[in-house]
Amino acid sequence: MMSDMSKMTLTQARDALRAGEVTSAELTESFLGRIDAAGALNAFVHNTPDLARAQAAAADRRIQAGDAPDLCGIPLGIKDLFCTEGVPSQAGSRILEGFVPQYESTVTRNLREAGGVMLGKLNMDEFAMGSSNETSVYGDAVNPWKVDDRALTPGGSSGGSAAAVAADLCVAATGTDTGGSIRQPAAFTGIVGIKPTYGRCSRWGIVAFASSLDQAGPMTKTVRDSAIMLGAMAGHDPRDSTSADIAVPDFEEMLTGDIRGKVIGIPQEYQVDGMPKEISDLWANGTEMLKSAGAEIRWISLPHTKYALPAYYVIAPAEASSNLARYDGVRYGHRATLEAGEGIVEMYEKTRAEGFGAEVQRRVMVGTYVLSAGFYDAYYNRARKVRTLIKRDFDQAFEAGVDAILTPATPSAAFGLGEMSDADPVQMYLNDVFTVTVNLAGLPGISVPAGLNAQGLPLGLQLIGRPWEEGDLLNTAYALESAAGFVEKPAQWW
Amino acid sequence: MSIDLETAARVAKLARIRVGDDALPELAAEFNNILGFIEQLGEVDVEGVEPMTSVTPMRLKRREDEVTDGHQQDKVLANAPDAREGFFAVPKVVE
Repeated sequence: MMSDMSKMTLTQARDALRAGEVTSAELTESFLGRIDAAGALNAFVHNTPDLARAQAAAADRRIQAGDAPDLCGIPLGIKDLFCTEGVPSQAGSRILEGFVPQYESTVTRNLREAGGVMLGKLNMDEFAMGSSNETSVYGDAVNPWKVDDRALTPGGSSGGSAAAVAADLCVAATGTDTGGSIRQPAAFTGIVGIKPTYGRCSRWGIVAFASSLDQAGPMTKTVRDSAIMLGAMAGHDPRDSTSADIAVPDFEEMLTGDIRGKVIGIPQEYQVDGMPKEISDLWANGTEMLKSAGAEIRWISLPHTKYALPAYYVIAPAEASSNLARYDGVRYGHRATLEAGEGIVEMYEKTRAEGFGAEVQRRVMVGTYVLSAGFYDAYYNRARKVRTLIKRDFDQAFEAGVDAILTPATPSAAFGLGEMSDADPVQMYLNDVFTVTVNLAGLPGISVPAGLNAQGLPLGLQLIGRPWEEGDLLNTAYALESAAGFVEKPAQWW
Repeated sequence: MSIDLETAARVAKLARIRVGDDALPELAAEFNNILGFIEQLGEVDVEGVEPMTSVTPMRLKRREDEVTDGHQQDKVLANAPDAREGFFAVPKVVE
């Protein structure tokens, strides 16, 4: 047991803790050692060993007293986007260097109150803007999967979370997803990640990128782990006005594996030009697996799919330009040094030029442009109308009886760090082509590892569910996971 | 729609991000590239379609209009780059 401790799933760790086979202190110590030895992955960026040991000791006392919620004593990694009290939280940005929140985000508070142990903060793209973890002020996070000399991206923006879970540096991690930032890195690293329905998890205390799209979710080793952890993260919060006052069911209890009679939609528009054969094969295999499990497969049409990415790249930058206006060097974070005679406008302009990286600057300015006088209707309002149509496509599919929709999670396997550096930004944006529709429609979506490509890199499939029906979605994902039987792990080279 | 250097400079100014004159041509080119991608939205027939305001049909909750928080001046100022006498300090704003 001791030697394999770090490989345990959340479910196994929970059961072992409750059975007294292992203590949270032992588990935590094992992960702290692994984190120290995994500097090459650059996944953890602010380590909190003292806090983790104190939380583990408290969790062990709770377990002994017979009060052990599912997460009690489980060592977790937390994405740097979550504000954590007394622990640096800088969203991967230079502009929040030195920022130490005086409060705890609702999601991490929920995890903490359930007895979760925080090992530290995880690398990410700056302000969650990126698909490769290459825009981070901490430098690139590195994928533990490796097939040749190249260092591969773990995906983004939750790249540190994905790398840490895949490399067994924590049992599970939090992620956030605005256009695919949980699901794409999960697919690139062979783990499970779910973005719940918009409003399921409170956004309070999570550094805002695009408020109408952002959602937190778990990144875990199995579907069951995601079901357990989502239950602990979710719930109504009066401090987030968009948080839904809807009861959180016992998601784990809903994992029967029985999907007989469920209708799985296969959207024809996701068969994009130039889709690599390994991706279309994976998709066809996944379809066959669900069919063998007793589901009815139905071709469906989501006609506005093509316009999801361009709509996203209006709406997300517009909201970002507004949200990021708060970084002005006045209340927190970086403030530029001023020359004699420079005033407050120079302070704003220099602070933001120094504090924001290139991609963040680009998106803030694109957002400023599409919201500016004369272009608001042509770009921003039009994009919001297209968003209405994208959601309507999904509504109509669900009204016609579709229970879940199966798509590839990403258009490729993980690519090499630096390989996209000469490409224009739009090429990088195409990584989100299969995931971004789900954020625009506010739906739950989950990425499930479903196989390896010819090179030996993991590939994921995405399932999209009806709003608020994460339990049913997780159950379909559970059936897919069981059929795919993905058990491969990266060989430890770091 | 093509973004010229003057427009790029104006957008940078509106966003309060300092961009040097030498960096403007590249910025304008990037804007044009991204906006070219966004232009596709012009193909969609949006006649009579309402712009989305809320992705889930929910009504914002109401509560009593009363003070529920506050008296945290120290915490509010704890991360300020420059705080003096209980206030955020900034360069002179009014002449």
